Amino acid sequence: MDQTVLNIMFVGASFMLYIGIAWWARAGSTSEFYAAGRGVHPITNGMATAADWMSAASFISMAGLIAFVGYDNSSFLMGWTGGYVLLALLLAPYLRKFGKFTVPEFIGDRFYSPTARIVAVICLIVASVTYVIGQMTGVGVAFSRFLEVSNTTGLLIGAGVVFFYAVLGGMKGVTYTQVAQYVVLIFAFTVPAVFISIQLTGVPLPPLGLFSDHTGSGAPLLATLDQVVQDLGFNSYTGHHQSTLNMTLFTLSLMIGTAGLPHVIIRFFTVPSVQGARFSAGWALVFIAILYLCAPAVGAMARLNIVDTLYPQGTQEAPLAYEQRPGWIQTWEETGLITYEDKNGDGLIQFYNDKNEAFAPTAAERGWNGSEMVINRDILVLANPEIAQLPGWVIALVAAGGIAAALSTAAGLLLAISSAVSHDLLKGTLMPDISEKNELVAARIAMAVAIAVATWLGLNPPGFAAQTVALAFGIAAASLFPALMMGIFVSRVNNKGAVAGMLVGLSFTLVYIFLYKGWLFIPGTNSFPDTPEYWLFGISPLAIGSVGALLNFATAIFISNKTEDVPDEIKALVDDIRVPNFQDGPRAVPAE
Amino acid sequence: MAINQRNHELAARYWKANIRIVTICLIIWASVSFGFGILLRPLLSGIAIGGTDLGFWFAQQGSILTFLALIFFYAFYMNWLDKKMGVDERGA
Repeated sequence: MDQTVLNIMFVGASFMLYIGIAWWARAGSTSEFYAAGRGVHPITNGMATAADWMSAASFISMAGLIAFVGYDNSSFLMGWTGGYVLLALLLAPYLRKFGKFTVPEFIGDRFYSPTARIVAVICLIVASVTYVIGQMTGVGVAFSRFLEVSNTTGLLIGAGVVFFYAVLGGMKGVTYTQVAQYVVLIFAFTVPAVFISIQLTGVPLPPLGLFSDHTGSGAPLLATLDQVVQDLGFNSYTGHHQSTLNMTLFTLSLMIGTAGLPHVIIRFFTVPSVQGARFSAGWALVFIAILYLCAPAVGAMARLNIVDTLYPQGTQEAPLAYEQRPGWIQTWEETGLITYEDKNGDGLIQFYNDKNEAFAPTAAERGWNGSEMVINRDILVLANPEIAQLPGWVIALVAAGGIAAALSTAAGLLLAISSAVSHDLLKGTLMPDISEKNELVAARIAMAVAIAVATWLGLNPPGFAAQTVALAFGIAAASLFPALMMGIFVSRVNNKGAVAGMLVGLSFTLVYIFLYKGWLFIPGTNSFPDTPEYWLFGISPLAIGSVGALLNFATAIFISNKTEDVPDEIKALVDDIRVPNFQDGPRAVPAE
Repeated sequence: MAINQRNHELAARYWKANIRIVTICLIIWASVSFGFGILLRPLLSGIAIGGTDLGFWFAQQGSILTFLALIFFYAFYMNWLDKKMGVDERGA
């Protein structure tokens, strides 16, 4: 059967499933719309959170980033999972005990300040909108590659599907749809990984295969990989080559950012109890870990497969002739994501590290005149089944999985945006008398507007997918996480301290990113080149969120100590959220 | 008033116990990721595993598995502590 027809069948069937679920689980009340009626089982909630959290970045980009850099990009693995420890231990149970619907609502109530609530709404909207643009772009790319429709058509179909189930179902519809999307995306990621692990090592579990012997050479897989990439002048795969300080701070930024992203936090409002909230974070990480434990294996094995494909007789022998290139190179060449230029005119594909000066003599000796093939890192996971020559249905499954990952995250983000607008901005600040019915209408309109804006920006991407994700994490890490954590753990922090802390963390992080990435991301307006020599203490703009968070903590505590104490009713509120059941008193002691 | 007073003492004891366990968990959290995975990796380089060293394993596998164990340990411990101190949600 034709591959495109197969892809359309898989993607179409998955869409029918999502829409069917959304119809079955449509929301009637604001409680169902914002928090799924607080009736979601922790395991179900964990699965939905996992789909919500794992975006196109986790599914499509991450394994590729690890594959082409190796150990130094372990930051993504540790950072995007370690944040769940912070969520489970420092935020989730207390925010559930607080028992409202949104993140700005907590910040506004705890810091008894409408200003704090508005600042939180702004941080939330900026973080979420920038993040959702990346998802919509991802949907468009996946559609155009697999369904051979134009990018625009693909984006509009994707937006239509999200619109239908997110607007209709609210949190309830989104939660149950995300469970289905999780199942699709996890199969799509692990099935090819298992196939490839068996091909290369004979071990069916990819996380074990990564540390097993390579069947082809008999040596350990990672040792083989280190050897072949160094033969081509690249850094060793398992070695540490970048700044240790930067790697540490980048990991920390991703962890804090994960724990501060509002669309993840609001998931913990949907479980029935504080006990459930504690387990929910654990279940979410179980479902996330399945992908994250396989991703480094996918990365390493794909890197080895690419080298083996281009150097079929080994790295010491002549590379593959361009005329004999496999089908996947031809299809990706059509998208422009793989390019080839025969620099030395011998008709072969020399793929090596031409930036490495120590390797230049070896390259010259072999008659190489620069690396001739450029492979975009983002295609690795999507091209992986084709590189490993897996059957057509696996390729179709990966297409459906990539789209599921992008759609589920987009829906979660849109929900966070719409609840911030209708619940925090309208009901909380501008129109406190709004009825529940009208609030629901406003939430749905806000969501429709957010989808339209994200689609429009996705159609005209300012060309900054990776940067926007960094910005979303930076903002969440530097503004929302410290405010939430201090709100629970430091009862002395008052309204002035919290607002000042959020503003300092946010503006410091934004300015640092803009200095290197361009003001408002407009290309060419950056004040310094974005290279390690120009970074402050070698800290990249991607890693700066952790410094912003530290400044937020320091500012908030300093200013709070210099200004008046928190009112008694706020102290009572803090006492109340710290204990799952504060009102009933100790059970052992009879009531007086 | 008496109940209120006792509630506050209980809440303070409960919170102290919670802070202690959170601190222990976060020390482990930082040790496996920032410690074994990044900063202390040179010290672990003598321990070979599957063609590389233990630090690499912690950075790409071990830290994630430890995070999982930590969250479940904390959830079980706190739910047990809630019951022991009588502050669990009843009938919820």
